[in-house]
Amino acid sequence: MASNNDPFEFREFEEDGNLLETNREATTIKIEDEDVKRQTKAPGFVHDAEDEYSAHSDDREELLSGQKKSAPFWTFEYYQKFFDIETHHVRERILGSLLPWPRKNFIQFYLRKNPDLYGPFWICTTLVFAVFISGNISNFMAGKYNPQFRKVTIAATMIFSYAWFVPLGLWGFLLWRNNKILNLVSYSFMEVVCVYGYSLSAYIPAVVLCIAPLEWLRWCIMVVAFGLSGSILVMTFWPALREDHPKVAMAMVSAIVLLDVVLAVVCKMYFFSRPGAPVAPPTSGLIKTNTSSS
Amino acid sequence: MSMAAEEEASRPFAGLSDVSISEDIPVEGDISVPVGPSRTEEEFSTLDEPVKETILRDLRAVGNKFIHVLYPRRSSALLRDWDLWGPLLLCVTLALLLQDGTADSDHEGGPQFAEVFVIVWFGSIIITLNSKLLGGTLSFFQSLCVLGYCILPLTVAMVVCRIVLFGASGTIGFVVRLVVVTASFGWSTFASTAFLSDSQPANRRALVVYPVFLFYFVIGWMVLTFSPSTERQP
Repeated sequence: MASNNDPFEFREFEEDGNLLETNREATTIKIEDEDVKRQTKAPGFVHDAEDEYSAHSDDREELLSGQKKSAPFWTFEYYQKFFDIETHHVRERILGSLLPWPRKNFIQFYLRKNPDLYGPFWICTTLVFAVFISGNISNFMAGKYNPQFRKVTIAATMIFSYAWFVPLGLWGFLLWRNNKILNLVSYSFMEVVCVYGYSLSAYIPAVVLCIAPLEWLRWCIMVVAFGLSGSILVMTFWPALREDHPKVAMAMVSAIVLLDVVLAVVCKMYFFSRPGAPVAPPTSGLIKTNTSSS
Repeated sequence: MSMAAEEEASRPFAGLSDVSISEDIPVEGDISVPVGPSRTEEEFSTLDEPVKETILRDLRAVGNKFIHVLYPRRSSALLRDWDLWGPLLLCVTLALLLQDGTADSDHEGGPQFAEVFVIVWFGSIIITLNSKLLGGTLSFFQSLCVLGYCILPLTVAMVVCRIVLFGASGTIGFVVRLVVVTASFGWSTFASTAFLSDSQPANRRALVVYPVFLFYFVIGWMVLTFSPSTERQP
């Protein structure tokens, strides 16, 4: 091949050593090996080591950040990119939040840098109405039929504040600690909101099942639901917190868990009153609760 | 020569390829906006027509859309000539019917007028925003129009429930009301998804249909749990 001097004849690619032999003047460029390695590893998402993933994900985030942050936040297009999901994505994310798996960090495995606002918003709305309707049905079966529609507003305020203000606080806290301690894992605000929203999906079947009039059963159901949602939250945020000072990390984890407990207990006690106890505190003293006549 | 001219004319923007405007050649012509002769006459005549005709025309349009909701079939009446009179009428009727009849009751159970209004209108707006964010092709007001008109079966169910509550109360009345409300809820959801789901890509249809389902479910629940006084158990 090297003896063929016709310049237009196709030649197989040769090692650069051979090329240099034929023409000492030629410049050769050697493709770096690590680029090849990076390209072969980037498509694969399932990794055993989370650190390796997060290092690559930072590269990818740099690449993608130019595409994603194009629209300012007061335009419609900015919010449209948070609805860039399909039905099966939502289904997978809900199933993933109902069945927590220690290896699968929710943000890294399910969200994959594509947090959505659809899930958190509609799960919160469904939970508000599910709690209200189940509370009504359980009160009706206990004989006290007092469908206070005001409870919808209260339920909505409670659940939406939990799902939006707590992530805001947690994200702010993580951002603040990130300045002090170099973390490999950092979550964006939308991702934190997403995790909290999807973690509430464990409560929806729980409040529907709480219609059953047995008090101990209701507490068992709520404990199970709290267990599922709490474990999702802890498993997601532990990688972000474990680099921190151990006391701070434990304090944050217990704060996350505590707020979840408070939400579960308040929902249970406000909407599903104990049979025999009066319904939610009356605002006007003239309301006489119906004594059971059945 | 003619073939070349034809070829020249058939290419898009053919005549513009060698347009050059120079100052010493005046450009002249006349621009006219095409106005159909009947339109100008109609505009003058609608000012002069009796008020009854104006109102009847709108009522006929609303009634036409009611029929399209009751017998949902592929037609563009709801979408192309959207209006919000029908939804307003239905919402006010539903909210009024959901009020308690007794004036001196301290039973604060049922939804207030404002609560029903807010749920219907804010609910429709949020569902419309949701479908637009998911990439729907319907415009904002078309979607509001569809959602509002499809409350018609539930309003009819409310009227039936009120009549039933005057007559039979107790378990039989409750079962009848349950059946009626369930049927009308299914009808509403089916009618509105028939209009809305066409505008969405197939892989997101369920994401758009679910909020509509939730919306009519909540309204159906309000209709079903309506009871005029505390003493009467449904």
